[in-house]
Amino acid sequence: MNAISFIPLLLALTLSPLLLGVINRTKAFFAGRHGQPLLQTYFDLWKLLQKGAVYSRTTTWLFRAGPMIGLAAALTATLLMPLGKCPASLAFPADFLLFAGLLGLMRFFTVVAALDTGSSFEGMGASREVFFSALTEPALFVALATLVRETGQLSLSTMFGQVSNAHWLHSGPALGLVVLALMIVLLAENSRIPVDDPNTHLELTMIHEVMVLDHGGPDLAFIFYSAALKLWLLSALVVGIVLPGTGDPRLNLLLAVGAVFGVAVIVGVIESVMARLRLMIVPQLLVGAGALAATAFLLALKLN
Amino acid sequence: MILALLIVPALAGLAAFALPGAALRRGLLLVTALAHAALTAACWKWTPAPALGGWLKLDAAGLLFLSIISVLFLAAAFYAMGYLVQEANKHTTDIEEGFLFDNAPETVFIGCLLLFLAAMSLVTVSQHFGLLWVAIEATTLTSAPLIYFHKHHRSLEATWKYLLICSVGIALALLANFFLGIAATQPGVDAYPLVLSELVAHARDLQVPWLKAACLLFFVGYGTKMGLAPLHTWLPDAHSEAPSVVSALLSGAVLNCAFLGLLRAQQVCVAAGLGNFGRDVWIALGLTSLVIGAVFILGQTDYKRLLAYSSVENMGIMAVGVGLGSAGAFGALFHAVNHSLAKAMLFLLSGNILARYRTKTIAQVKGLLGAAPATGLLWVAGFLAITGTPPFGTFTSKLLILKAAFDTGQPWGMWVGVVFLGLLAVIFIGMTTAFLGMAQGEPEKPIGPGRDRVWQIAPPVVLGLLVLWLGLAVPESLDNVLREIARTLGGAT
Amino acid sequence: MQGTNIILVLVVLTNLKLLGSSRVGSSIRVVAAQGVVLGLLPILAHAHEISWRYAGLAVGTVALKGIVFPWFLFRAVREAEVAREIEPFVGYVASLLAGVSILAVSFWMCTRLPMPEAIASAWLAPVAIFSIFAGLFLIVSRKRAVSQVLGFLVLENGVYTFGVGVAPQASLLVEAGVLLDVFVAVFVMGITIFHINREFDHIDTDRLSSLKD
Repeated sequence: MNAISFIPLLLALTLSPLLLGVINRTKAFFAGRHGQPLLQTYFDLWKLLQKGAVYSRTTTWLFRAGPMIGLAAALTATLLMPLGKCPASLAFPADFLLFAGLLGLMRFFTVVAALDTGSSFEGMGASREVFFSALTEPALFVALATLVRETGQLSLSTMFGQVSNAHWLHSGPALGLVVLALMIVLLAENSRIPVDDPNTHLELTMIHEVMVLDHGGPDLAFIFYSAALKLWLLSALVVGIVLPGTGDPRLNLLLAVGAVFGVAVIVGVIESVMARLRLMIVPQLLVGAGALAATAFLLALKLN
Repeated sequence: MILALLIVPALAGLAAFALPGAALRRGLLLVTALAHAALTAACWKWTPAPALGGWLKLDAAGLLFLSIISVLFLAAAFYAMGYLVQEANKHTTDIEEGFLFDNAPETVFIGCLLLFLAAMSLVTVSQHFGLLWVAIEATTLTSAPLIYFHKHHRSLEATWKYLLICSVGIALALLANFFLGIAATQPGVDAYPLVLSELVAHARDLQVPWLKAACLLFFVGYGTKMGLAPLHTWLPDAHSEAPSVVSALLSGAVLNCAFLGLLRAQQVCVAAGLGNFGRDVWIALGLTSLVIGAVFILGQTDYKRLLAYSSVENMGIMAVGVGLGSAGAFGALFHAVNHSLAKAMLFLLSGNILARYRTKTIAQVKGLLGAAPATGLLWVAGFLAITGTPPFGTFTSKLLILKAAFDTGQPWGMWVGVVFLGLLAVIFIGMTTAFLGMAQGEPEKPIGPGRDRVWQIAPPVVLGLLVLWLGLAVPESLDNVLREIARTLGGAT
Repeated sequence: MQGTNIILVLVVLTNLKLLGSSRVGSSIRVVAAQGVVLGLLPILAHAHEISWRYAGLAVGTVALKGIVFPWFLFRAVREAEVAREIEPFVGYVASLLAGVSILAVSFWMCTRLPMPEAIASAWLAPVAIFSIFAGLFLIVSRKRAVSQVLGFLVLENGVYTFGVGVAPQASLLVEAGVLLDVFVAVFVMGITIFHINREFDHIDTDRLSSLKD
C-alpha cells in the first residue's frame, strides 16, 4: 500500500458532496434557473453538524446507530473502490462481493432505523426501499459477474485496470449492456428520477427520503454524506468500465474525476427530461436492468 | 405438363376474382376441376418431364397424392355447384343460435378454392424442401377464407385458430428447412442443394445432429398441419365450422399434403440410416393420435366434429404405418388413399344432413334412412368404409399395417399391434353408436322438404364406389406406385 | 463481425422490450424496429460477398417488416379501436424473467449442436432460437389478437435470423416465396382481426371459446 493508492479515497471523501451540487446545477440549467451554489451540500453538512439532535422517546439505540453504521459502511466501501485506472487503497480477490455487501449493510441499517421510529410513513418507505433493492441487487451482481468473466480478474482494482479499448472492440455489446444496467442500478440505488424523486415533498410518494424524516442534526449530516459517497462509488463503478486508459497515470486520474462528474451531469439530464415512473412500473424497470445484465452475462459466456 | 398442373388452377383462381356473373364462375370451377383431373390422369400414362431444373418433378409419392387431390377436388367442385346455388340467398339463419348471418362473396369462395387447388398441386410436385414449405403455407393461407365462408363468430374463431396454429407450426417447419440446409453443408465443399434426390443420394454425408433436429422440427411443423395429436387442436374446430365441401377437402387433401411433407423428410432420414430414429416418433405420435381420436369420438355430440376426430385417428393410423417400415408404409399410403375418399364422402354427406336437419347434434338426427333414403344408405356405407369393415379398401389397408406390426417379430411390434387393434375397436364402438343412431328410428322433429338432389348424391356415390373398388381389387399401376414409395421409406426396423 | 453482433444484441433487447411492454402501439413500433434492424443482417453477416441477392433481401425485408406490416397493423388496430393496454395472461415482470430464462436456455441449446465454420457470429444461432421461443411465449401469454400476430412476427424473425445467418444455400426463389407467404399471412390475419372485432366488439382471443369439447 503506497501513497498513490490513497488518492481515490481522498478524492471521494472531498469531492463527493460536489456531485449533488453538479446534479442540481444541471437541473437548474435545464429549467432555466440560476440554481443553488455548487457547494450547497457542503454548507448543509456544516450547518447540520453544528446542531444538536432530538430523539423521540419511542426510539431505541438502533435509531442512533443507523446513521453511524451507514457512514462507516460507506467509508469502508470507499476504501475498495478504485478510480479509473488508479487502484483502490484496499484490493483483494472478490472484493466486489464485500463492496456490494457493504452497500447492503448500509441500506439495512437505514431501514432498521426507520422502522425503529414506529411511524407508518417510514415503514412504508422502508418496505419500498427493500423491495426495490431486492430487484437491483441481482442486476448489480450479474453485471459485476459479467465484468469478472470479461476481464478474468476478481478484484475491482485489477478489473478496471484491465478494461481496455480492445475489450470494447471485442465484446462491446456485452460491456454496453453492463453499463446500461449499472446506470439503472445507480439511479435506483441513489433514489434518483425515474425511480424516486429526491425533491418530492409528499411523504406518500417518497421512498428514500421518507425513511430519514425523523433524523436531525449530525445524524442527518451523516446520512447525507453517506448518500453522497454512495453516489460517488456507483459513478466510479460506471466510469471504471467506460473509461479507456492512457499511458499517463496523472492524465488517467484527471480523466476519471472528470468522468465521474460527467456521470453526475448525465443524471441531472435524465432528471430534467424524465418524469418519475409510477410505483407500479418501477419493478419493471429494475427487472429490466436485471434482464440487461443477464443478457450481457450470457453474451460474455458465449463469446469467450 | 407439370407447369400446366399449377398454372391452370392458379390462373383460373385469379380469373374467378375478375369474372362477372355467378354462372360463369361456377362453370369455371367445374371446367378447371375437370381439366386438372384430365392432366392428372395423363400423368399416369406419360411421366411428365421435370421443370425448373429438377425442383418440380412428379415422383411416385407426388403422383399418388396429386391423384387423391384431383379426384376429391372434382367431387367437391361438382358438389359445390349445387351447394352454391342453394346458399346463394344472402341472409341465412344460424342453426345453433338463431341469428342472421351473411355468406362470404362467392367470388372469394371460388377464387380461393381454385388457388387452394394450385397450392396443393404445388405441394405434390415440389422436390425442393424450400418450395415445398412455401406451397404448404400457401395451402393454409388460401384455405383460411374458405373456412370463414359462413360469416359468423364460430367460423371466425375456427379460422383464427387455424391460421395462427398452422402458421406457427409451419414457421417451425421453415426452421427445420434451415437445419436441413446446415446438415447438408460440408467443410470445404459446396453444400448440397435441398432437393430431395440430391439429399437422398448424399444422405450418408449429412450431419447427423442437425438432421435429427430438422426431423423433429418437421414433425412439429408439418405434424401440426397434418393434425397429429397433441398438435391437432385446430382441426376439429376448422372441420366442423367450414362448409362441408371445404371440410371434405381439408380432411382428404390438406392433411395429406402435410403428410407428404413429412414423408419427404422421412425419405431423407431413411436414406441417411436414421430410419429407427424417425420410427419412434412416428409411432408415438400415431398412437397418441389414435388415443385422442378414440377418447373424443366416444361421447361426441356433434357429427362434424366426430368426423374431424376420425381424421385425427386416421392420421394416427398412417403415422403408425410409416413408423413400421416398408411394409407398414405401403399400408399407410394405401390407407391415405382410402381414408381421403371415404372421409370426403362422409363430409359431403354431412352437408346433406345439415341442409336437411339443420342441426349438427347427433342426438337430434334420427331416421335418416326414412327421411332421406339415399343419403341415409350412403351414410351407413360411409360409416362401414371409414371404420375399415370389409370389403372396403380401408379394411385392407388397416390389415396391412396391423400385419406389419406383428411381422416385426419383436416385442415392441407386438405391443404396437395390440394397442392399435384395441384402439380401433374402441373407435368402432364409438362410431357405431353415433352413426347407426342417426340412420335408424323416426325423425323427432319435422325436417326440411324435398328429396336428395343429384349433386348431393352423385359425388359421394362415386367416392364410395372407389373405396369399394380398392377393397376388391387394387389396380396394378396403383400397386406399383405404392410399392415404389414404400421402397424409399423402408430400411427401418 | 462487430456489426452483426450489435444487430443481434438489438434483436435481443427488442424482444425483451416486447415482453415487458404494456402498450399495443409501442409493441408494434418495437417489432417494426426489429424488422428494420434485421433487414441489415443479410448485408452485415455476409459483408465479404455483397451481392444483389442479399441487397434485394435486405430491401424487401425492411420494406415489408419495417414499413408495410406496422402500417397494416396500426390500421387494423385503429379500425378495431383496440384499447391500448395489452392485457397479458402472464405479467410483464414475469414475462421479462421468462425471457431471460429462455435466452439462457437458447444459449445452452446451441452448445449442443455443432455449428458450421463459416458463421458470422457465435450469437446468431442462440439469438435466432431465442426469438423463436420469445415469439411462441408472446403468442400463448397475450390475449389480444394483435399481440399474437406480433408474436408470430417475432417467431418468424427468429427463423429468418437463423436462415440468413446460419443456413447457407437458400435461394432467391425460396426467399421470395417465404417473404410472400409471410406477407399474405399477416395480411389475412389483419383482416381476420378486423372481422373478429366487428363480430365480437373486442379482439381478446380468450373470449374465442365457443368451440371446444
